[in-house]
Amino acid sequence: MSGAQTTDAELKADPFMNDDAIRAAFFEWLCRMGDNALILGHRTSEWCGHGPVLEEDIALANTALDLIGHTQMWLGLAGEVEGKGRDADDLAYLRDAMKFHNLLLVELPKGDMAVTIMREFLFDAYHHLLLKWLAEHSTSPRVAEIAAKALKEVSYHLDRASDIVVRLGDGTEESHRRMQEALELLWPYTGEMFAGDNVDAALSGAGIAPELTGLQGLWDEDVRSILDEATLKTPEPGGYAHLGGKQGRHTEHLGFILAEMQFLQRAYPGASW
Amino acid sequence: MYAQLVKSEGLKSREDMSPEERDFQDRVDNGEKIEPKDWMPEGYRKTLIRQIGQHAHSEIVGQLPEGNWITRAPTLERKAILLAKVQDEAGHGLYLYSAAETLGVSRDELLEKLHSGKMKYSSIFNYPTLNWADIGAVGWLVDGAAIMNQVPLQRTSFGPYSRAMIRICKEESFHQRQGYAIMMKMAAGTPEQKDMAQDALNRFWFPSLMMFGPSDKDSVHSAQSMAWKIKMNTNDELRQKFVNETVPQADYLGLKVPDDKLAWNEDKQGYDFSEPDWSEFFEVIKGNGPCNRERLNARVKAWDDGAWFREGLNAYADKAADRRKAAAVAAE
Repeated sequence: MSGAQTTDAELKADPFMNDDAIRAAFFEWLCRMGDNALILGHRTSEWCGHGPVLEEDIALANTALDLIGHTQMWLGLAGEVEGKGRDADDLAYLRDAMKFHNLLLVELPKGDMAVTIMREFLFDAYHHLLLKWLAEHSTSPRVAEIAAKALKEVSYHLDRASDIVVRLGDGTEESHRRMQEALELLWPYTGEMFAGDNVDAALSGAGIAPELTGLQGLWDEDVRSILDEATLKTPEPGGYAHLGGKQGRHTEHLGFILAEMQFLQRAYPGASW
Repeated sequence: MYAQLVKSEGLKSREDMSPEERDFQDRVDNGEKIEPKDWMPEGYRKTLIRQIGQHAHSEIVGQLPEGNWITRAPTLERKAILLAKVQDEAGHGLYLYSAAETLGVSRDELLEKLHSGKMKYSSIFNYPTLNWADIGAVGWLVDGAAIMNQVPLQRTSFGPYSRAMIRICKEESFHQRQGYAIMMKMAAGTPEQKDMAQDALNRFWFPSLMMFGPSDKDSVHSAQSMAWKIKMNTNDELRQKFVNETVPQADYLGLKVPDDKLAWNEDKQGYDFSEPDWSEFFEVIKGNGPCNRERLNARVKAWDDGAWFREGLNAYADKAADRRKAAAVAAE
């Protein structure tokens, strides 16, 4: 009990919840965390009922469910930090594309299972490193608390995705070819994960979030070791990177995701569901 | 109850039974559970494979009409609940295919029969989900009708089926409550939401009544299945029970059951109600329902598109086994 009380006190004492100097950047960074989870969760949920084998169908639905849970936590906190009375649903359902701050990587169409699994692997490897840092080092207790919860699930996502990448990479000729093609399709979208801007600088300056360049080396190592085991050829680092998602400049795909996702909230404003 | 029109055999009289069949029937009558390695009449095994297989297929085809709204669910919480629910249905499919496997038929064989149209799934999943209240109506009415049949099936004679049902029923009753919770929200919402709720009830009422299968007088397969305790109640008994329980729930919501003949009958302590249009039912069973083609095509496409994925995993497993063998040899 005393542990829980200490935690509650620490949470209340989160120095960043009412800090005007960082409020705007903190809000935007929290939206990035929530939007990544929401949009990847949306794409993953598109497989429900259409998976290649029943166990995989269940695992993908489970992953999507975890990501929607993370969305509720990150966007919920974003609304609190913003302080304008918006909750997680308001942020998910009533912002337009230019106000979404997810990585371009997560909004790309789900493609075949090779694209879906490879994307999940590349993102999870980053997501896992990021959440681990946040859970262990963030100066914001609220952020650390959410990260610790999400980390448990994302550790499992990463294990599962890594395992399937290895199996399909080193499976048949066709599964190998599809995985290599998926890797090459997605690789130019991975650079955005580590391309910091002034929001990232403000957050790492305050110790809330890590220096992204610090994570990149670890990500390169982790990803390369799995891709090697999968007998896949890792593309050269430092190639062209598609950027813009974090700042609200998206691919054409996001608008369609939102048109579908937000339909009921937009068509029947103010209704309670 | 996702099994309708399951073909069985004519009821055998005790005099016509072999000694083994008589012993078997005695065990069933005494409420003993039959386990996969026990002797069982071939007809019992075949009927169970058909019934459990049809039930399993219904669970996975049943993912589709609800899955249709996951990406459009109106709040994050509703989205999470719906995802969890549809994932439960896939899990039910998994238990049931496993139960069928204990009778000597593989999941792949059953799926092949589904894809080629030799095996059916419940008629209800050939109806579309057209507005958000349909997700409520499916939970409330469709899962509600399923529970009517599945609760007694927890006592069915075949052990693995009975145990699968016990797990499934726990989740289904939760599903029904979440469906009713959506209906309550819609019925008490804006005029547009109430219209959606009424529209959903109008479309799902009679198809839900059809889920219990044809009227007892036309139900040719029941007697033997009931003697074997793989069917626990007649179709009409369950339909009546469902109507009796559901009408007050509709009243509570302030929605109108779309049946002008619906009336309380004091003598039978139950409602009188109109029979569904059985010609529509048989058309849907034949493949002419509004979504038969889409549903089956979606399942076949998922399976065909996934072939390379399954082959890739199998090839890796074979290579890994070879590598383990080679390593063991090298170590000797």
